[in-house]
Amino acid sequence: MTMLQVQNLAKEFDGIKAADDIIFEVEKNSICGLVGPNGSGKTTVFNLICGYLKPDQGKIFFDGRQITSLSPHKISRLGIGRTFQNIRLFPQISVLDNVMLGFKYDKGENFSSALFQTKRMKQEERQSLLKAEEILKFTGLIEKRNVLAEHLSHGQRKLLELARILALEPALFLLDELFAGLFPETKRTMLNLIRNLKERGKTILFIEHDMNSVMGVAEKVIVLNYGKKIAEGKPEEVRNNEEVLSAYLGKRRV
Amino acid sequence: MEYLIHILIISGIYIILTLSLNLIVGYTGLAALGHIAFAAVGAYTSSLLALNFGISPWIGLLIGAILASILGLIVGFPSLKLKGDYLALATFGLGIIVYSIAKNWVSLTRGPMGLPGIPQFSVFGYEISSVWSYLILVSAFVLITYLAIRNITNSPFGRILKGIREDEIAILAMGKDVNKHKLIVFVVGAFFAGIAGSLYAHYITFIDPSSFTVMESIAVLLMVVFGGMGSLKGSFIGASILVIFPELLRFLGMPSGVAAPLRQMIYGLLLIILMVWRPQGLMGRFKFK
Repeated sequence: MTMLQVQNLAKEFDGIKAADDIIFEVEKNSICGLVGPNGSGKTTVFNLICGYLKPDQGKIFFDGRQITSLSPHKISRLGIGRTFQNIRLFPQISVLDNVMLGFKYDKGENFSSALFQTKRMKQEERQSLLKAEEILKFTGLIEKRNVLAEHLSHGQRKLLELARILALEPALFLLDELFAGLFPETKRTMLNLIRNLKERGKTILFIEHDMNSVMGVAEKVIVLNYGKKIAEGKPEEVRNNEEVLSAYLGKRRV
Repeated sequence: MEYLIHILIISGIYIILTLSLNLIVGYTGLAALGHIAFAAVGAYTSSLLALNFGISPWIGLLIGAILASILGLIVGFPSLKLKGDYLALATFGLGIIVYSIAKNWVSLTRGPMGLPGIPQFSVFGYEISSVWSYLILVSAFVLITYLAIRNITNSPFGRILKGIREDEIAILAMGKDVNKHKLIVFVVGAFFAGIAGSLYAHYITFIDPSSFTVMESIAVLLMVVFGGMGSLKGSFIGASILVIFPELLRFLGMPSGVAAPLRQMIYGLLLIILMVWRPQGLMGRFKFK
């Protein structure tokens, strides 16, 4: 079954085609990698899916429902969670609050529940506090719970971004260069977390720069270059694809 | 003694203004420079209702606050599109517009001549005219404002406001409706500013446009920043110090022609010192980005 379907997506910035007629699908409960050299349009595709950019052309379907041009918070509510390439945390609030912001509240988030400090709000707050602590344990950040997010190290920030999106509990995870600049050990933790997500029935689409780290986890790889899809398939097939090699290493001169 | 109580009453009114602006600026991170405009709407509404129709100041206060929050909603809309300096300019413009209306719509507001003889609050037919009883009244409103804003900020709702301040793009990715929250914040902030304006009018019993200049908005903003953005205690301290401090100048025996500009200069100097040594304000935990 298809989780995400991207049809003929196109986006132009001042004459530069950042996305040019991109078509792909992501199966439910699969791990899929989106790769390509710098400036190949990977993040643009993410921004189009999440509603931060409006496509010039094309449609996006999520779980059978069209989500093209919906506003970002609505898309998030439908069940697409994303991380950002250059980490976007809430720096001047605590790690715990960062995670708590990921939760979907039922009624406790309303203005009136806040003003009158309703029982309902307090109850929901207690529940999410427990859940947040669980997530922080899971990601190994529990000892940092009261630290401001701006005081975390790069690796911890990446983990916190993942923790926050875990709280959101989306069906589809869009992870933008989650492994960039990480210690090999943190990278391994991260890869295990992603595999764990799949076991729990989630779907993952992740952007990666470095082909080698994609190979280990991804079941399918989509390769972009200059806004165009140049290859799609199993990692080992894609690796030996002529066009992919030339995009990464330059044209072979014979 | 009466003079001392008078200063406390004025401090109380400024505390209400500062708390409500802190919700907008300190917690939600929206640069709003026209806060006194909401107070002007509250003050003129309840004064005119009382003078022209004999409506009780209690009801006038409520209607004034509601009209101020409607203005807040209107100001809220540009805030959905404009960010940072641009929003500051837009709200600055609002402050000037409201001031100009108060000054130039002479048939309604009597323009620069002001509105004299505004009736005072009364309880069961007794006018609250002594400073002591007015202090109690203002304190009650300070308490209500404090409790409301404390509750709003101490909740999942308040957490979203801080999230908006910290990173608007990331908070959208968390599925939070940023626009709705910004509008609510402007409406609530304007509501309490309207109350403050109305309390001022019925206390002094005279208002004219000069009480609602853009400089006043900046003074309130300074109180927020001085006390500490995102700190309610800070709002109490910031407003009190900046109301009481200039009063001390009187005792230095300066002629009023010198004292008034000196007050502005001291405000400016304080702001510079503060930004260099303690950018988060006296009690605050959050810094300007």
